[in-house]
Amino acid sequence: MWRNIPERYNLLGTHCQTCGKYYFPMRRVCPTCRRKGKLVDAKMPETGKILSYSQVFVAPSGFEHETPYFLAIVELANKATLLTQIVDSKADVVKEGARVELVFRKIYEDSPEGAIAYGYKFRVV
Amino acid sequence: MRKVSVIGVGQTTFGEHWSLSLRDLVTEAGIKAIENANVEGKDVQALFGGCMASGRFIGQEHIGALMADQMGMNPVPAYRTEAACASGGVALRLAYMAVAGGMYDVVAVGGMEKMTDVSTEDAAVALAGAGDQESELFNGATFPAIYALMARRHMHDFGTTEEQMALCAVKNHGHAVHNPYAQFRKAITVENVMDSGYIASPLKLLDCSPLTDGAAAMVLCASDKAKEYTDKPVEIAASAQASDTLALHERRSLTGLHATEVAAKDAYKQAKIAPKDIDLLECHDCFSIAQIMALEDLGFCKKGTGGKFVEEGNTDFGGVIPTNLSGGLKAVGHPVGASGVREAIDVVRQLRGDAPAPVQVKDAQIGLSHNVGGSGATVVVHAFKKGF
Repeated sequence: MWRNIPERYNLLGTHCQTCGKYYFPMRRVCPTCRRKGKLVDAKMPETGKILSYSQVFVAPSGFEHETPYFLAIVELANKATLLTQIVDSKADVVKEGARVELVFRKIYEDSPEGAIAYGYKFRVV
Repeated sequence: MRKVSVIGVGQTTFGEHWSLSLRDLVTEAGIKAIENANVEGKDVQALFGGCMASGRFIGQEHIGALMADQMGMNPVPAYRTEAACASGGVALRLAYMAVAGGMYDVVAVGGMEKMTDVSTEDAAVALAGAGDQESELFNGATFPAIYALMARRHMHDFGTTEEQMALCAVKNHGHAVHNPYAQFRKAITVENVMDSGYIASPLKLLDCSPLTDGAAAMVLCASDKAKEYTDKPVEIAASAQASDTLALHERRSLTGLHATEVAAKDAYKQAKIAPKDIDLLECHDCFSIAQIMALEDLGFCKKGTGGKFVEEGNTDFGGVIPTNLSGGLKAVGHPVGASGVREAIDVVRQLRGDAPAPVQVKDAQIGLSHNVGGSGATVVVHAFKKGF
């Protein structure tokens, strides 16, 4: 996708100054405060902890060569959550509660001569 | 609002229909339902059809018109609904609303999907569209992986085991042996599941519902006119639906579907029933963990105890709440747009006394169907009551 998606490169999310909640990815409306919510862009913390994980053995198109790979739901230091791949980490340290940090990585390429998508992944600290 | 009854049901066999197209499947199911309802085609005033991803799977959109055209129903209005794997349940609910609201007296509802024309990888991409494309699929999440994340956290928080999850699949396969429409009429063992290889740990191949071609249909009628067509109407006692975040990671909990809790509560209030009044359940077991969470979220057991509840036999034929006596999505198969309608049909068959004899619940009065879209962003719950 050629559209500029700032959250993928800079881990930008949204902060609702009305209720204080952080969202990732970005939102245009706070689901709690709706039109009363005052939303500003917010850089997400680059560390967090694993809430749950899975090792993927059967991948969708574009990820076939990556298997097996770890996916996790990570809770960041500001309580925002995201789904991410866990890389550069031995299998036995990928578990609930493990501390993780942000790394910038290639996600996939459309085709051998196509666009390369970059984005966020995390690794166990 | 008027009361609404189901007066006819029909479906194709579920499986890999190499030689049949989507139009063949939906037409077969639709005609069977209309014949079963004893209505004339000209009595049917509108069509509602659930279909998730025909554009991805076969390059065909405009499914409403396709149904009306192929079934010879032109010029009646025809609608296609899409809510991922809840497309069928949503079609049923919209059809119910159209009759309950007085717009029509007789309508037909269908659910359909043709999934085996594409490779497994392409099917995985199509299905992952049920989640959040930008934050889940983009990062390599398949649907098994998304449910695996729920399963892992359920195991962590409540001690649920892989064997307990496997038992859901084993029991459902055991029921499907009796179902002439099921994709897999073959009993399996816990060992078979445990040895079937990880798709996305902790979920293994036999924890997952398959790719399936199939269609299911039913005819709804205003209850006060239902007796003109059938001696065995089944009343829709409740129709409820709820929404939640598209992406799993933004939910309040990873170990349950809040939309199921909300829809169930609404359905129980509409029908003036409690879980203890329900004689059988068809729940959305797209993955084994989904059945365990459904039993909890629908109120049949306490949060966290679903695995044990299954293990103790409470969901067996003859148990506290016989569950997925059809075989469920796991063994009947899961043509994604069709399953919501198929679940409802199997509840109706039980209440009419038309279920396969070995799994027919004696004197069943009330049944519940539960249909989930995506990882829980849409949930539809219907309660049915014997109307004769």
